Amino acid sequence: MFNYTIRRLLFAIPTLFVISFLIFAILDLAPNDPTGNLPLTIPPEVRENIRISLGLGEPFPIRYLKWCQQFFINEPLNLIEQWFDISIGDSENRLRVQSWATRSPVVDLIVERLPQTLWVLGLSYVIGILIAIPIGVISAYKQYSIFDQIGTFISMVGFSVPTFFTGLVCIVFFSSTLGWFPSIYDTTHEVTDLASFWFQVKQMIMPVMVLALFNASQLSRFMRASMLDNLSQDYVRTARAKGLKERSVLLIHVLRNSLIPVVTVIALGLPQIFAGAIITEQIFRVNGLGQLLIIGIQGADIPLVQTLTFIFAVLIVLFNLIADILYGMLDPRIRYE
Amino acid sequence: MSDESMSNPALATEEMPERRSLWGDVWSQFRTHKGAMVGAVVFVLICLAVVVGPYIHTLDPQRLDILNKNLGPSWAHPMGTDNLGRDTFAQVMAGGRVSLLVGVVAMLLSLFVGTAIGVLAGFFKKLDGPLMRLTDLFLALPLLPLLLVIIMLFRDTLRSMFGPETGIFILIVFVIGITSWMQTARIVRGDVLTLKEQEFVVAARSIGTPSRRIISRHILPNVLSPIMVSATLGIANAIITESALSFLGLGFPSDFPTWGRLLYDGANFMQLTPSRVIWPGLAISLTVLGVNYMGDGLRDALDPRIRGR
Amino acid sequence: MKKALLCTAVAAGLFAGPAMAERGTDGQLKILYWQAVSILNPFLSSGTKDIEAASAVIEPLAKYNEKGNMVAILVDEIPTVENGGVSEDLKSITWKLSDGLVWSDGTKVTSADVAFTAAYCMHPEGGCAQVSNFTDVESVEEIDESTVKVNFSVAKPFPYGPFVGTQSPILNKAQFADCMGAKAPECTDANFGPIGTGPFMVSEFKANDVVSYVANPNYRDPAKPAFASVILKGGGDAASAARSVLETGEFDYAWNLQVEPEILNQMASAGKGKVVSSYGTSVERLMVNLSNPDPALGDKRSTLEGGPHPFLSDIAVRKALSLAIDRQTLVDVGYGSAGQVTCNVLPAPEIYASTANDACKTQDMDAAKKLLDDAGWVPGGDGIRAKDGVRLSILYQTSTNSVRQATQAIIKQWWSELGIETELRNIDGGVFFGGDQSSPDTFQKFFADIEMYTNNFDGTDPEKYMANWLCSDIPSPADQWLGSNMPRYCNPEYDALVAKMGSTAKLEDRAALAKQMNDMLMQDVAIIPLIHRGGVSAHANSLEGVKMTDWDSELWNIADWKRAK
Repeated sequence: MFNYTIRRLLFAIPTLFVISFLIFAILDLAPNDPTGNLPLTIPPEVRENIRISLGLGEPFPIRYLKWCQQFFINEPLNLIEQWFDISIGDSENRLRVQSWATRSPVVDLIVERLPQTLWVLGLSYVIGILIAIPIGVISAYKQYSIFDQIGTFISMVGFSVPTFFTGLVCIVFFSSTLGWFPSIYDTTHEVTDLASFWFQVKQMIMPVMVLALFNASQLSRFMRASMLDNLSQDYVRTARAKGLKERSVLLIHVLRNSLIPVVTVIALGLPQIFAGAIITEQIFRVNGLGQLLIIGIQGADIPLVQTLTFIFAVLIVLFNLIADILYGMLDPRIRYE
Repeated sequence: MSDESMSNPALATEEMPERRSLWGDVWSQFRTHKGAMVGAVVFVLICLAVVVGPYIHTLDPQRLDILNKNLGPSWAHPMGTDNLGRDTFAQVMAGGRVSLLVGVVAMLLSLFVGTAIGVLAGFFKKLDGPLMRLTDLFLALPLLPLLLVIIMLFRDTLRSMFGPETGIFILIVFVIGITSWMQTARIVRGDVLTLKEQEFVVAARSIGTPSRRIISRHILPNVLSPIMVSATLGIANAIITESALSFLGLGFPSDFPTWGRLLYDGANFMQLTPSRVIWPGLAISLTVLGVNYMGDGLRDALDPRIRGR
Repeated sequence: MKKALLCTAVAAGLFAGPAMAERGTDGQLKILYWQAVSILNPFLSSGTKDIEAASAVIEPLAKYNEKGNMVAILVDEIPTVENGGVSEDLKSITWKLSDGLVWSDGTKVTSADVAFTAAYCMHPEGGCAQVSNFTDVESVEEIDESTVKVNFSVAKPFPYGPFVGTQSPILNKAQFADCMGAKAPECTDANFGPIGTGPFMVSEFKANDVVSYVANPNYRDPAKPAFASVILKGGGDAASAARSVLETGEFDYAWNLQVEPEILNQMASAGKGKVVSSYGTSVERLMVNLSNPDPALGDKRSTLEGGPHPFLSDIAVRKALSLAIDRQTLVDVGYGSAGQVTCNVLPAPEIYASTANDACKTQDMDAAKKLLDDAGWVPGGDGIRAKDGVRLSILYQTSTNSVRQATQAIIKQWWSELGIETELRNIDGGVFFGGDQSSPDTFQKFFADIEMYTNNFDGTDPEKYMANWLCSDIPSPADQWLGSNMPRYCNPEYDALVAKMGSTAKLEDRAALAKQMNDMLMQDVAIIPLIHRGGVSAHANSLEGVKMTDWDSELWNIADWKRAK
């Protein structure tokens, strides 16, 4: 397993380079433009000048190599300098990856937003998993019971009604009509005492619950299906015949063997926390990474989108590797050698 | 790789005579499944409503009537009208035709690609690395810019080849299919990895069963349940994604209703004319529920351990 | 740096006391812009929202008020030929700064700052977005510490381009001195927190999210601003922005609410705030493609070389298209109080507005049909009019926006009553207005028959705007599609009028010329104007002093805003 992990990690490096190149190519080909949001009163020659000042006058391979240099060499160096408070070489003139819209280093923007994203999305994911697994297990164990039917109905509605809609319903109901929760996330809010903590909880409830519902619906379906598959297997009968307690049959044998698809779905979902939930963040105005990404895409802010997407790609590769390793732990029969 | 993936459906037809009784069994089992029958009935009713409905309720969904805008439900307009005076009932029915077609076809495409890649990657060790890295790549690509590139490169070509409507339909189905197969592929692969080490597969292999037959007889039936869940989720996903596409200018023209689009356009009118969002939302949910129960029934019917119990 | 600013603010708050009667007594003002602010330096901005957010901090020498009149801000009077501020030959303008002006850090505002601002924006490598305000500027001279003279290379009948209006504010030389040219984007601290003369200064800025301001302790009017701090939050969409002011009352002001009027009315009925609008020069218009967009033409598509349009080159068809539109209905459905019917592409200021084309205000289907019949366009078997095998089938494109799509649907219906087939297309705004060379969907390439969008001009002088429709400004592959003459309108008489306006100084004569040009475009139906659009915003009932303007930043008089008592 250790050798396998090392080999996969080594293989990930060329993969990620290919991915970064393809992302860059797609962003370059995409027909939206950084001057697209400027008022029409700004004449075309000025727009052309702005494009050149952003470095768009240079050929595509050079721009890609520049980004590689900035991201793979300059940014890590800069991080090391900040952590250890030293300076390596000519740190004053080292170019960092600069966003076109804000003219500030992309990595700083990401660092500024990471806490909000992790809190809101991470929490919604955790809640989603905590709801989904019990519901999935019980639904499968008592297949076609009333609990199962209701669970199925809610999760289907939860999945088929998009978050832009559930979010809006929540705002109209809880903010406009009842006035319980704020509809706009205050990102300058700092938790200092109990009252401000309570405010923080109130402003997080709606985005977290909307996302958790969506995640839980999907996850609980896979959990239920997988449990059903395993419940009818021979080993379950054997375990019961051996006189094992029903609880331990269910939770130790069946659950463990049913987790493989669930682990896959969770591993696919976790990088999404960093990519942000674009629509939900837009609706509730949580200044997460998803909102940063959508603003970047709308404004054709190529360095910003490239960097965010690439970090996202790294996480995907990483989490899929973790999932593969977990498969081996959950089911020792799986061998990769 | 393409050889292998192509061989699966071919194999299925090849073996049809031998399986006829099996499918008969499956059907009779399926009929005894209450949920499946209810799901099937709901789904068929929705299909009937959108296909036959417009011949009964004959208002043109694109016909504007500014004087009668934002009306509540009435006999003339059972679901009211929108802010341009278009009849919501007619729009929901017309939109259903497109949404159902796009949803089902795109879901089948993504399911086919996802299952093929998942089975191949899980079963053949050599293919695992390349195919899973390809999956990683597709997962990592930024969706919106990718769509914009696809529109730019292919819209006009397809339009001139197949005409505006068919061309756009092919493009939408292709785009949704190609951007949503990855989850299915990863899940199927995970299941195949465990399955292929289980006794019955090892036994089959030891008596010299060819790989294609192991896949079709032993692997595929056992990964059916996650595939069915993917199918249910895939339909909902395709219907919603379709509406997102039309905002980028990739979908059907703006006056061409679809369920996702009706829901999106109506969202801001939620308090004024709630029926504009309730009905399309309900239609999507019912369709997905129907497909879900049919999937449940099919899975049970195909499971030899349950069948005949 | 940030800390220092905060400290000064706190100190100011402490010392304010009863002596400074009103500054900072009204607490916090919460503003919502649904497009998030990216940068606070308008010269490097990528959209209107950045310019508006900066306008609370940095100011130009003069602004436009809610009526479109210039008001002196950092000067005592606006230079004119009469008061000797503008030279007789119209080649220079001399501004005299008010006495005792200081930046928010307490240093003196001098002519060097003004001259520096010009040099900063005109630097060839800076990529300054507002450089067109400095067109024809030859030099900016510092006469003495508070006097600055702008010399133009040609006679400028309207010399108020540089340093007037929100797009052209004055920067602090000391802060930006190291940020010239290619270095401009690297000065993140300066670009995120410019030192200004305005009523507020930046205390914290989270790019693409929220700007926090505090009152400027050195603001020239000791009684203002009434608010101690301002939060300007960004993101989301227009409808939810309106909701947060009108329905939930969480915010005091929301900007640019292009939402269907019935939704706004319904939200306003909650009684927490009101919708305000103001008119500038924006006109929603249909551009008629006079060249041929047939894909078969390849590279010559939608260019002059590709030949005239198969049917839109017939003026009868263009007139019929315009006659079939009931503009009042479009206003009622999509704009409400934020729109007025117009028949001119140049609708304001009043002295420039022509009345010669007002016939278009009423829809006349019969006349439109008759025009087409007389011109030989008769309905074929499928109900679509045709002549010599050419069918009247239109591809009508615009950017994605729910009001625009509603307008498209309505117009399509009227045209189909005429016997004209219409296919609608909507394109993502970033692509449509982006001008990317490789995309076929930009408004410059205009690979369609009709396209719809809004345009306007900065300030009150239409000379540059009317020069959009010169023959030489027709977009073509040769000039990378950079032209602004979307209809591909080419008329030597029109070009002559534009040249004449450039050398005419007297306001009345200029107005007559502008009207004549507008009428020429209208009578030739190269452009079909639809709606004179106003800006529309909402503010809470508890907020007083809002004088909304579409000629300048909506926050132009934020110093006067206060809580209702």
